[in-house]
Amino acid sequence: MKAADVELSTRHSEAVVNRKHKRVSRVMWRDFIWAYLMIAPLMLGLLIFYIWPVFQTFYFSFTTWGDFGTYQWSGLNNYQQLLHDPDLLGALTNTLIYTVLAVPGSIAVSIVVAVLLNQKIRGVGLYRTLFFLPAVTMPAAIAMVWKWLYNGDYGLINYILSLVHIHGPRWISDPHLALYSLILVAIWGSIGSNMVLFLAGLQSISSVYYEAAALDGANRFQTFFRITLPLLSPTIFFQTVVSMISAFQMFDLLFLMFEGSSNLVVNSTQTVVYLFYENAFQLNNKGYAAAIAVLLFVIILGVTIVQFQLQKRWVHYA
Amino acid sequence: MKRTFSLFSVVMLLALFLSACGSSQSGGPVTLRYAIWDKNQAAAMQQIINEFQKAHPNISVRLEVTPSTDYWTKLQTAVTGGNAPDVFWMNGPNIAKYASNNVILPIDQQIATDKVNLNNYPASLVALYTYNGKHYALPKDFDTVALWYNKTLFDAADVKYPDGTWTWSTLEQAAKKLTNPAKGVWGIAAALDSQENYYNTIYQNGGYVISPDQKTSGYDNPATIGGLKFWVDLIHNKLSPSLAQMTDTAPLNMFESGKVAMFYAGSWDAIEFGQNAYTKDKVDLTVLPQGVKRATVIHGLGNVISASTPHSTEAWEFVKFLGSQRAAEIQADTGTVIPAYNGTQSAWVKAFPQFHLQYYLDELAYAVPYPVSKNTAAWNTDETKILSNVWAEKTSVDDGAKQLAQQMNQVLAQEQK
Repeated sequence: MKAADVELSTRHSEAVVNRKHKRVSRVMWRDFIWAYLMIAPLMLGLLIFYIWPVFQTFYFSFTTWGDFGTYQWSGLNNYQQLLHDPDLLGALTNTLIYTVLAVPGSIAVSIVVAVLLNQKIRGVGLYRTLFFLPAVTMPAAIAMVWKWLYNGDYGLINYILSLVHIHGPRWISDPHLALYSLILVAIWGSIGSNMVLFLAGLQSISSVYYEAAALDGANRFQTFFRITLPLLSPTIFFQTVVSMISAFQMFDLLFLMFEGSSNLVVNSTQTVVYLFYENAFQLNNKGYAAAIAVLLFVIILGVTIVQFQLQKRWVHYA
Repeated sequence: MKRTFSLFSVVMLLALFLSACGSSQSGGPVTLRYAIWDKNQAAAMQQIINEFQKAHPNISVRLEVTPSTDYWTKLQTAVTGGNAPDVFWMNGPNIAKYASNNVILPIDQQIATDKVNLNNYPASLVALYTYNGKHYALPKDFDTVALWYNKTLFDAADVKYPDGTWTWSTLEQAAKKLTNPAKGVWGIAAALDSQENYYNTIYQNGGYVISPDQKTSGYDNPATIGGLKFWVDLIHNKLSPSLAQMTDTAPLNMFESGKVAMFYAGSWDAIEFGQNAYTKDKVDLTVLPQGVKRATVIHGLGNVISASTPHSTEAWEFVKFLGSQRAAEIQADTGTVIPAYNGTQSAWVKAFPQFHLQYYLDELAYAVPYPVSKNTAAWNTDETKILSNVWAEKTSVDDGAKQLAQQMNQVLAQEQK
């Protein structure tokens, strides 16, 4: 052993001995200080840019703002306004519809795709890359391309439909349809990243189960529903929790596709975070926006807690 | 040795982190940030900057272009965060808000010291950028609105080109002849745009948007409602694309693709039409058709200095140059916008000889100032929200206008407090 290592291990056995005496020796102190020094830059950044703003948001939800950053305490006014805001009700409904359709939709499609791409077929690497491409594409680029695909008069989708004599609807300028068109794009965009996680989950399933099932004469559907899905359920649970948290916060795709659109479309698609953005930066009601953010935090926390309680029922940890 | 190196690296990391937080300029050359919102004007602004930098070697200016839909949101956030650009564009709807909150510098002292002659600019523009008796900006340009038409489509439908004799009914009749559903062509685009579309027809019908004392809304006035009805009728009679169609595809793009035969456009669009491959040889313009009377909305931008700039002397030098005759000539020669400096406008008319740009200047005789109040943005939002439903034919014009008048009066009442 090298001299330095001997020294280190001596110091550590000293430390162990000293721990029994419940006294922090100088040696341990030095180690602690080094540790804190190493993580100091990251902790400072986290504290200043993440933790502190959370407390600030809670504080600001009790204030009213004027122009250019002047604000004053207004107690529970913002929360009372929340209860009577029709825009908020609409935004909550839209967010709920989006979450209920996009999360199960994208998880279901991703599982199927992952199962299909878990085989050793020729070109499987290419297919996996193609499916994963939307995850590495700029949301602005995705929005721009889909806006043109969806264009009611000159878009590619309606053009193809017209070739088979179907008059395509106004995908993103019809207020009734716009939200669902957005959900389709969101599902398409999330297949890739979900699929990668499910592939990892699938490959961790021991082949012993599949062999046993084959011996028992199970067909592919039975294998999928009785073996694959239950053993994949921890990954599904993780994906559901994470996807729900991010679905409740849907903003970027919506903003890029519908900002500047006719007000009717914006009203029928705006989500809670979009309402937050509108209030915080366009209408300059930063106090009210902070209250919206707090409300969203409570909702997501509640949903996540419920999910964790429910996991005992359907998640099988092997 | 290992310990010293580790300590050194941690200290360096911390120092790097802390230095990234603040940036300091230790004297020497000054850099100004100049924020604008029109990419079509970026070339002319850059030319002005280049000439300014030659004359002032120790000042360099960085041009920042933000799309107009995001400009005010981004600017407000920047000002609140203490990161405002040193010099930026200002318009009529926002001058009162920025001046009353003291986030822009009054320039009376500098004007007096450097003997800038305010008579070189139209009096109404100088007044527009005066607040509580103090001047905040040197006028940059002014704009009016005209009727642009597609000569090819007019020829194909065998309709005479629009001219100064046109009235609202002439336009409607022409639009009927020009609309061709089989070819996907409409007579005119009834865009939901205040400055370029419905403000003009409101005044042409004898109505008004806001009372002269800025205390009451004009939207419940029957003449105003008539001005709005002009556009809704065009949509209703299918002479214009519907609001949904104009949401999918911008009316400007429709005009530039030969899908609409007529388009109301501000003088700032001349350079866009002059450079666009389709429109540059197929379109022309004339004065707006007459309603009960002739009217067009006139507005103009100004250049202001941020109150938080660390380089107010250099910023003033730049603003002074931006308001000079030379800068006006550059704007005119490139056909970018109609400059505000007296006597430089004729160069702009000659910039695109294929267009009769002179009509924009002829309209000055009956131009109405763009309607503003202390917090214009608040009721502008109401306008867009409520008139969207009217344009989409979900609400009748009467109901929508009365609702808008009510909300606008509430906002105006708040301003008085």
